Amino acid sequence: MLSYTEKIREIAGRLLASGAVEMVVGFRQGTIPMMNEPHFAKTPAEAAALVWDSHCGINLANYLTDRKEKIGIVAKGCDSRNIVTHIIENKIKREQLVVIGVPCQGMVDKRRIAMKCPGEITEVTEDETGLTAKGNGFSQRFEKKEVLQHNCSLCIHRNPVIHDEMAAPPVEEQTGVDRYADVRAVDAMGPEQRWKYFEDLLAPCVRCYACRNACPLCYCPTCFVDESRPQWVGKSQDPSDVRTFHFLRAYHCAGRCTDCGACERACPVGINMRVFTKKLEKDCLDLFGWEAGLSLEVRPPLDVYRPNDPNDFIK
Amino acid sequence: MKTIKIEKGQWAPGLEKAAKAFRLIGPVKEKDFHSFKPLANGALPDLTCLNTRLSPKSLVYPQSEVMFTYSLDESREDHHQLKEAVKDTSPRAVVGIRPCDAKAFTLVRLNFDTPEYQDPYWLRAYESTTFIGLGCTSPCSACFCTSAGCGPYHEEGLDVLLADAGDHYLARVLTDKGAKFLDAAGWKTAAKDADKTVAAMARAAEGKITSFVQTENLKSLPNNDLYSATFWEEVSFACINCGTCTYSCPTCWCFDIQDETRGASGVRMKNWDSCMYPLFTLHGTGHNPRGTKLHRVRQRFMHKLKYFVDKYDRGIQCVGCGRCVRLCPVNIDIRRVCNMMNGFAASGEACAIK
Repeated sequence: MLSYTEKIREIAGRLLASGAVEMVVGFRQGTIPMMNEPHFAKTPAEAAALVWDSHCGINLANYLTDRKEKIGIVAKGCDSRNIVTHIIENKIKREQLVVIGVPCQGMVDKRRIAMKCPGEITEVTEDETGLTAKGNGFSQRFEKKEVLQHNCSLCIHRNPVIHDEMAAPPVEEQTGVDRYADVRAVDAMGPEQRWKYFEDLLAPCVRCYACRNACPLCYCPTCFVDESRPQWVGKSQDPSDVRTFHFLRAYHCAGRCTDCGACERACPVGINMRVFTKKLEKDCLDLFGWEAGLSLEVRPPLDVYRPNDPNDFIK
Repeated sequence: MKTIKIEKGQWAPGLEKAAKAFRLIGPVKEKDFHSFKPLANGALPDLTCLNTRLSPKSLVYPQSEVMFTYSLDESREDHHQLKEAVKDTSPRAVVGIRPCDAKAFTLVRLNFDTPEYQDPYWLRAYESTTFIGLGCTSPCSACFCTSAGCGPYHEEGLDVLLADAGDHYLARVLTDKGAKFLDAAGWKTAAKDADKTVAAMARAAEGKITSFVQTENLKSLPNNDLYSATFWEEVSFACINCGTCTYSCPTCWCFDIQDETRGASGVRMKNWDSCMYPLFTLHGTGHNPRGTKLHRVRQRFMHKLKYFVDKYDRGIQCVGCGRCVRLCPVNIDIRRVCNMMNGFAASGEACAIK
């Protein structure tokens, strides 16, 4: 995977030099361990700043919304599925894009690594199978599979679903993954226990909206929580308003969420709000056999009407 | 200046005594990070905490604060009258606050306590609080306090500064409020030659700071040139316009006032707001003078690093705590942006720092 960087730079440089695209969106090296910054290159020289490693968890489809340029975009499996979703939702045109596909081996969870280390991590290096975190007086090696982001450990679409270029040959997809154990655990709770679980889950929320804003699906010109005429949702830390935000945000992602994990990764207080979107993802799979972002040809189940719909209520 | 020696064996008993006169607050770890919480029933502040994930500004300036209550029930005599909300302003002490966060309150005060306007909510909460700081022996790698007008043993904004000297703390008594707290705790033993010891500890800690911002040119740079710099496109590109930086920041002070009515009663409250949000500047006409994320990102950095510098002449509106650096979901780093601004040359944008 470490060879991806060179290949991405080569492709990006070529696309920019030939004028095939006006900009390439990818990642550049971050300023702190285990963080990279979404970045654009507009010249072949700037393409040399692009990098790829296990810290590219932000979903870059988020940076395509309503852009007018011709864009080269670096896309791992989930990014590519959100690019598909963006195209079918008319947020970008396929013809505007040159997708530089990245066969993904999962992104690492920086907080899990930090919690397993005895002190502050000042440097993280990566090799083909793992990472080494160093800090004052310690050096600790992790196998990558032990420290993957939770969504990455459950991912079965690591290879980009659309691409015009590839940074490497496809990787083997994970099989036999139990993707919804956490959803079943919540389903199995009684109402009181479940309520308490959600209450505890959302208690640390500061309503910074990082989860919403990191999500490529959240592109409404004005989000319902920001509507002021009339104002639908209170602005305070009142738990009913906090919950309203989280529950409605999740419902807006039904049939669209690819479980890219950008929301959970972005949260400054470590809330796993994916339990909401995963429940809806599972429902879409169970009820419609649907997984978001796999095809440009098929409309998502929640924006089609079929005369032969099996449910009576819609007839 | 007096310095008191507190044997570590006397720490818990002293706090127990102090708790009779002060509501104690300190860093407590819940799940995977620390935050400032009331210390109930003999709970001790966790002084191993490098720093809390979010800043302690909410102790004085809560994210949501009720200012008034009202009733719309016309059968009541006091209907449609704003009643001041009842607050507990009895003495309290924040034990284990870091010097950067304590200094931050002095910067926020510039906004809430001016000759023209005094915010009674902020001021009453601040004045009822005694700040017992703890010098940083192991600053984090993203801390840049020494170049942000602060430092790991900085005393501004503190009432007492504690230095951890192994089997005891050296407590520098900085104000009368601080002296009262130490009296209440029963810590009285004067320390000998402590100034030198603490100064040496401070120097050692300062030497461990490895990251810096350059700020010397900010004041002289022309506002309009900096505002029009082309680097803002690159700086703002990754930003997702969430409020993580502003909400975690100890010096960000912006708020919004809202009335919330339920049935026949309601409250008027003050809620944190963020310059990152489009709604922050949305006019009643529908026009938004900061309609794009570039506008909003530029505003945040220009406010902290230029307008504040120009208006108050007190350095930058940042104490170098590093929270926004550590928490930004997309790794926008104020250190890098500050250095770009400081290195800005209007003609060629010769910002050397990348």
